[in-house]
Amino acid sequence: MESTSHRFKENAREGMANPSLQRAMENMRRGFPDKRLAAIGRLPEFDALRDRARDIKNHVLEHLDFYLEAWEAKVTAAGGHVHWCRDAEEARRTVLAICRRLEARTVTKGKSMIAEEIALNPFLEANGIEPIETDLGEYIIQIRNEPPSHIIAPAIHLTQDDIEKSFRASHRQLDPGRPLSEPHQLLDEARSLLRDKFIAADVGITGANFLIAETGSSVIVTNEGNGDLTQTLTKAHIVVTSLEKVVPTLEDAQTILRVLARSATGQDYSVYTTVSTGPRRPEDLDGPGEYHVVLLDNGRSRMLGTEFHDMLRCIRCGACMNHCPVYATVGGHAYGWVYPGPMGAVLTPSLIGVDEAGHLPNASTFCGKCESVCPMRIPLPRMMRHWREREFERHLSPAASRYGLGLWAFLAKRPRLYRLVNGLMARVLGLLGREHGGFRHLPLAGGWTGGRDMPAPEGEGFHQAWARKRRERTRAA
Amino acid sequence: MSARDDILGSVRRSLRRDRLSDEAQAALQRRIRAHERNIVPQRGSGSGAEIAARFIDEAKSVAVTVQPVASDAEVPDAIVRYLAQHNLPARVAMAPSAALEQIPWASRPTLEVRRGAARPDDQVSVTPAFAGIAETGTLMLTSGAETPTTLNLLPYDHVVVMRTSQIVGSYEDAWDLLRQSRSRADGLIDMPRTVNFITGPSRTGDIEQKILMGAHGPRRLHIVLIEDA
Repeated sequence: MESTSHRFKENAREGMANPSLQRAMENMRRGFPDKRLAAIGRLPEFDALRDRARDIKNHVLEHLDFYLEAWEAKVTAAGGHVHWCRDAEEARRTVLAICRRLEARTVTKGKSMIAEEIALNPFLEANGIEPIETDLGEYIIQIRNEPPSHIIAPAIHLTQDDIEKSFRASHRQLDPGRPLSEPHQLLDEARSLLRDKFIAADVGITGANFLIAETGSSVIVTNEGNGDLTQTLTKAHIVVTSLEKVVPTLEDAQTILRVLARSATGQDYSVYTTVSTGPRRPEDLDGPGEYHVVLLDNGRSRMLGTEFHDMLRCIRCGACMNHCPVYATVGGHAYGWVYPGPMGAVLTPSLIGVDEAGHLPNASTFCGKCESVCPMRIPLPRMMRHWREREFERHLSPAASRYGLGLWAFLAKRPRLYRLVNGLMARVLGLLGREHGGFRHLPLAGGWTGGRDMPAPEGEGFHQAWARKRRERTRAA
Repeated sequence: MSARDDILGSVRRSLRRDRLSDEAQAALQRRIRAHERNIVPQRGSGSGAEIAARFIDEAKSVAVTVQPVASDAEVPDAIVRYLAQHNLPARVAMAPSAALEQIPWASRPTLEVRRGAARPDDQVSVTPAFAGIAETGTLMLTSGAETPTTLNLLPYDHVVVMRTSQIVGSYEDAWDLLRQSRSRADGLIDMPRTVNFITGPSRTGDIEQKILMGAHGPRRLHIVLIEDA
């Protein structure tokens, strides 16, 4: 999809001014974190499982070439096909070629972030093939012609009223007077319309949560069952996925699955965990006639061994965004590309460049909540700092903040001068701000005070306060 | 250069090494073949009676209904009662499985049983399960000539007929069972095309995070549990 990440500030402002989005975000803030805590409370081994899950992925990344080759050999032995794709363009063309060969007119899709990353839908449409999203959230945003705003809850930015309006606008073949004010009426309408699409579709596309080297299987996790109908009722099952998804064994996948749903939705386990291996067997009564895996790199292999290596452990649970104060304030669309929230702030610059997405790693309060809830223990704040450093090195940050930092560095290298200036500033600002307790505007810091107030110092700097406390303590002793 | 070579080359360049030595690869192959368990939580273990009770509790907590029966002979009655209770027609699509053929369906001649894969208009399916997993009240179902996957997904009501002796503690226990029953000459597992782990009926939270049942898969999931252990 076309990125608007460079417009993050404008996007964020629009999000904050959108009352419907703010209502939807309030729902999220109250929902996911509580459910996650309850689920973890039921599993005393949760933290030990996180450590193990992290170690498994670290082991895989160290030996990624081996595990990919081992996995590929098993896919082939089971009668499937692996298509290696360097970038989005290769991946889109590979999917199209399979659809063309099968003379596909419609494809049903289970939720896949990789399909979003390679912008598959517009490409298929431009080539005369109709893609139909079947996850309810993805279906809703497809008929609204919007990108997902969350990696596991794509329509989380919408209220029930928004969805009703979209259904009425899109499903014009149905009675305009039909009742749609209850959530289950919306669901039933989508279910019955999509049911016909499942049956009619020629090709089914899903993502993958895991690829298993031991068996050549792909694993998907859903709650609706749409990904299963997608792959079972069509002539061919195409898995669109990326290379860091491979794990050695079924047991390794199970360990990570134990932390996935609990971190994501707060369920102990998702409703459907489906392990797919090759096409249907000759004796099977149903299932797809062909099985293809479109394996995307798109810059990931180059992240190995860099300061962003750990990001490749991500299992896309969404816990970081569910707990992020910035995400909950601006909404997922503000991030401007496929991956929002803290994981997006780290991954997006890696995939589309820091020139385009440099704002994202800056959109953080560094509260550290994302790292503390990450089931794979990914040091997200540290990696956001790395992006800020790179941005600074490449002179992408604004001139004012560069001069400011330069001035600060000049003073910081001269401790006596630093203390003098710091003490003077604290005293002057403390006096000026005494009346209101803070400043709405500060000269030279308009960007900073534009979104918050600067609290007034209490009349002394850190060094003075430290010296005074020590004096007091000595006196007391 | 092929995309495959390019990508593998890029992986190795980033890891600052060549292709792994034969010994290193053999060691990793051994890790795969050993498929050792990692951490199995306490809730996935216990005596037979404990894990059976936990399986039932966990399944109920995700909106599964469970009907224990004492023998095969009671199964047709239990299913007819379930259908009547939900105002469903006395007609089911059933997996053509040996485990289900043992059941004396003829004892309830009013129950119409069609054997085969699911059709779009089927309202109720009856299938066996490969195993039940106590840890999270999860069913494990495998595809095959006797067990089409569509029966697990298309109908509104999915009725599973299984035995308490099929209940295991953890996912790893369930995989071990499958490895034993489908082990190939080379010692590796002969995977079915599809293994479904199903934990409750289909649901969605995509409308304001409100949980609604029956998103695409079954709206209700009912287990008739034959007590044989």
